[in-house]
Amino acid sequence: MKLKQLEGLLGNLEQFSDPKVELEQYPTGPHIASRLLYMAESMYGDVSGKVVADFGCGCGTLGIASTLLGAEHVIGFDIDSQSLEIASINAAELELDIDLILCDIKSLGPKGKFVDTVVMNPPFGTRKKGSDMEFLSVALKVAERAVYSLHKTTTREHVRRAALRDYNAKSAEILCQLRFDVPKIYKFHKKKEVDIAVDLWRFVP
Amino acid sequence: MRLLTHNMLSSNVKGVVNGFPLRLEASSWVEKEVEFNADFLRSMFPKIDWPALAGAAQKIGYAALPDTADATMLESEDFLKKFHHALLEIHVEEGALVCPESGRRFPINKGIPNMLLNEDEV
Ligand SMILES: C[S@@+](CC[C@H](N)C(=O)[O-])C[C@H]1O[C@@H](n2cnc3c(N)ncnc32)[C@H](O)[C@@H]1O
Repeated sequence: MKLKQLEGLLGNLEQFSDPKVELEQYPTGPHIASRLLYMAESMYGDVSGKVVADFGCGCGTLGIASTLLGAEHVIGFDIDSQSLEIASINAAELELDIDLILCDIKSLGPKGKFVDTVVMNPPFGTRKKGSDMEFLSVALKVAERAVYSLHKTTTREHVRRAALRDYNAKSAEILCQLRFDVPKIYKFHKKKEVDIAVDLWRFVP
Repeated sequence: MRLLTHNMLSSNVKGVVNGFPLRLEASSWVEKEVEFNADFLRSMFPKIDWPALAGAAQKIGYAALPDTADATMLESEDFLKKFHHALLEIHVEEGALVCPESGRRFPINKGIPNMLLNEDEV
């Protein structure tokens, strides 16, 4: 599948109808989501024929993109049942199968390396400090090949240090810097927060 | 939920030492054809807990899997076909996953297992 085609399909997905601010529910736009998965597949072969987990999958954008790029099995995890229902409808409309689990990411982990790749756009931790790092720590425990994740550029050095030193990642590499646009949902945001610089990371567990 | 996912889930209720495998109770399931990929099956085999897979498959009336399996069986096309079917083509729609140690039930609705824990369980 071509990048443009992937981006087009992701653009048609239903997104959070009633976003819950405390869970930091805002979608990864089709532009960023398609590039994240496209790079994971074309540069590293981390998607096609693989088992992929989407952490905090929300309405399923990243998981669905993985399936479209040939992942053999995709599991989306989210703490919010309403989002999972939308994810389930999104997948069904495209006649794709992804498994969905209602759970708290923090309670995963002890079962060991059960997937090849984790893709995620974690809560940045603006509402609950440290949630992005909690996601990353669990992701590095369950992934065998790679973790793709988005983090605020302002936290770059912290993310790198924690991944390499505390979560024992073998490598932590920034694939590109992007501008993430959260404004339309969060009306209370001050103007300067409207457009956030984020890094797209690839970690090797 | 596919049985591959079942093979990866465990119960993390506070105090539980071995929450795997979750006992499957299924009241409805569907079967959907998936393209056969022998390479994928071979690479998955070492990661699969075989008794958990065979046990779960039996719960939904698929008794074709042997009770035990070893890597030599991966040369048999017939074995791979059955492994493929159990792992990827069966979707549990309604039922529950039950913690083998505490008996805690995690309901499955519309194919989605609810693994959320209560405050006193974490
Ligand atoms: C920034 S959104 C990303 C949504 C989706 N992955 C996407 O790319 O469009 C973060 C998601 O994480 C979920 N979430 C927040 N805290 C969570 C937790 N502790 N466990 C699981 N999911 C969580 C939210 O419900 C939300 O869907």
